[in-house]
Amino acid sequence: MTTHTFKPSLPPPPMSVGPAAWIRANLFSNWFNSLLTFLAIYLIWILIPPVIKWAFIDADWNGTSRDACTSGGACWVFIKVRFSQFMYGFYPEHLRWRVDLTVLLAIAGSIPLFLKAMPKKLPYGLAFGLIYPIVAWVLLFGGMFGLAEVQTSQWGGLMLTLVIATVGIGGAMPLGILLALGRRSHMPAVRVICVTFIEFWRGVPLITVLFMSSVMLPLFLPEQMSFDKLLRALIAVMLFEAAYIAEVVRGGLQAIPKGQYEAAGAMGLGYWRMMGLVILPQALKLVIPGIVNTFIALFKDTSLVIIIGLFDLFNSIHQATVDPAWLGYATEGYVFAALVFWIFCFGMSRYSMHIERKLDRGHKR
Amino acid sequence: MKAAKTTLIAAAVAATAGLSLPAHAGTTLDAVLKKGFVQCGVSDGLPGFSYTDEKGQYKGIDVDVCRGVAAAVFGDASKVRFSPLTAKERFTAVQSGEVDVLSRNTTWTSSRDAGMGLSFTGVTYYDGQGFLVSTKIGVKSAKELDGASVCIQSGTTTELNLTDYFRANGMKYTPITYDKSDETVKALEAGRCDVLTSDQSQLYAQRIKLGNPADFIVLPEVISKEPLGPVVRQGDDEWFNIVRWTLFAMVNAEELGLTSGNVEEQAKTSANPDVRRLLGAEGEYGKDLKLQKDWALQIVKQVGNYGEMFERNVGMGSELKIARGQNALWNVGGLQYAPPVR
Repeated sequence: MTTHTFKPSLPPPPMSVGPAAWIRANLFSNWFNSLLTFLAIYLIWILIPPVIKWAFIDADWNGTSRDACTSGGACWVFIKVRFSQFMYGFYPEHLRWRVDLTVLLAIAGSIPLFLKAMPKKLPYGLAFGLIYPIVAWVLLFGGMFGLAEVQTSQWGGLMLTLVIATVGIGGAMPLGILLALGRRSHMPAVRVICVTFIEFWRGVPLITVLFMSSVMLPLFLPEQMSFDKLLRALIAVMLFEAAYIAEVVRGGLQAIPKGQYEAAGAMGLGYWRMMGLVILPQALKLVIPGIVNTFIALFKDTSLVIIIGLFDLFNSIHQATVDPAWLGYATEGYVFAALVFWIFCFGMSRYSMHIERKLDRGHKR
Repeated sequence: MKAAKTTLIAAAVAATAGLSLPAHAGTTLDAVLKKGFVQCGVSDGLPGFSYTDEKGQYKGIDVDVCRGVAAAVFGDASKVRFSPLTAKERFTAVQSGEVDVLSRNTTWTSSRDAGMGLSFTGVTYYDGQGFLVSTKIGVKSAKELDGASVCIQSGTTTELNLTDYFRANGMKYTPITYDKSDETVKALEAGRCDVLTSDQSQLYAQRIKLGNPADFIVLPEVISKEPLGPVVRQGDDEWFNIVRWTLFAMVNAEELGLTSGNVEEQAKTSANPDVRRLLGAEGEYGKDLKLQKDWALQIVKQVGNYGEMFERNVGMGSELKIARGQNALWNVGGLQYAPPVR
């Protein structure tokens, strides 16, 4: 008896599978795409190698002064020497552990919020949100519990950028939600106040707000009474961003069908419980991309405090480039600034995508 | 009714615009002594004038003037705090009392001195517009620049000064304007223009940024007057005098050959009456300024004389290597001159 064996199937034509097929389908599907592909390859060819050569191959990494930078490429020595200043500004060196501790506490304190098994997340989160700022303030500013006082004028670098961004985000979020609710309120006085606030702050550029806070405000205040510059900037950023958040949240509120309000009302829920338990959880989830978008913009806007002479990360770098010992290495500084900003903004955007996926309930496409 | 309202608004606006300068008779010194430090407004970053070093310490000629004031008032040059100010907010900071002294490469002009409620106490640095050229074109004087293409930062007074200078000398030029001073440097390096013009103090800093600084020279001509000096609020003569005489003490010290190294010894041993009067060994000249007897001694000891300050920050002891030029003492052909202490 003969067993019939099938012939092994022939491999598919080489041009229809594997990398070749992918290249053909995606890069050379018609003459126009082929042209674009060649153009792109040409651009990569002329742009990337010089950048790599500048940033890595010809770069100088070791040394402590500009004399070490001889090979013609990037002088990362400049970044290395100034690194701690870019991170902490003028914060006294022997007290920098306090900044580190503040950051560590923030990380340690927020870990439970990410644990699935953690019970009573909401009360914990609220308590953390209320207590942490006070602890952070005591640690950073000092002046009590035996900690030496560090004036805010000595704060700087990435630390200051993070302080402004977190206070801005932390303050703008609740304020923005209240403003959004207020704008949709049926009480005329509340509505008018909220609309005026939002339209005022959205109508002026942040740079103007900062400028007013540092140039005009002191003229109206009595002699010798000067508000802390950083405090002025923090309040300005917070109010400014709250107006933007309010509009983003309002977009979410409007997307909730009327039936949800009516259903919540029929359950006997009052205004605040209706909002807190039914409407806002749905609305906020819808507008996560918009909120994160605003926060990323805020994070980058912090560098505008250069206008009022605060040394955030960007201004610290600018300041270092005018040191006669390092004149001419501004490019390295700005590349470094771009990299740090990118890391943070990219982190925020990935985190927001994660949250969106986690909270997605039934709107999945 | 409407008219009354308009008047009210106009009055409010006028009060704001005129910055309603109240009289501050002799309060700054008391306030400074009470708070224990001098609040000093400096630039937000200018090579040689005010910048921060790797340890986060403020450095520069403008910064040293403030240290000098602190040394005079407290006998301790470290009792000073710095507020970095942008060009736009600097005058408000003085007017509102946020800073006690503004030492921020500010050009002394009549409108600023008389029209804004400010007083310039002296000149720390005689600046002026100059030219930076490549040695390749072989020009030794600005008078030989006929037909040159000039790199310039747009929207600055340097542009107007340049036009005036070339017209006055019957020469022609092609302006090539850029928005940022760094761009002008790149353009000069790439050979897009023959000359770069800016304030002299800036030219030296820009020269360092060039690939090979030795290939470029700063021409000797200075075509505009930019005297830079410390500023205090108008109306407080007592404080004005202290800031003014701080600088004078430094210039006098250089003239008398007193340095941070020898000043203490000279205070004890010198027989020269000028030295003895300045350092408080003779007479009570500190009292007139409401300061300690040894105010000038402390300035020179802790900060140095004018020459030391200059060389350390912008002169041969620094990367900038600016020649003394107009900032030399009057007796060697410069403009730095201080009235005597007596």
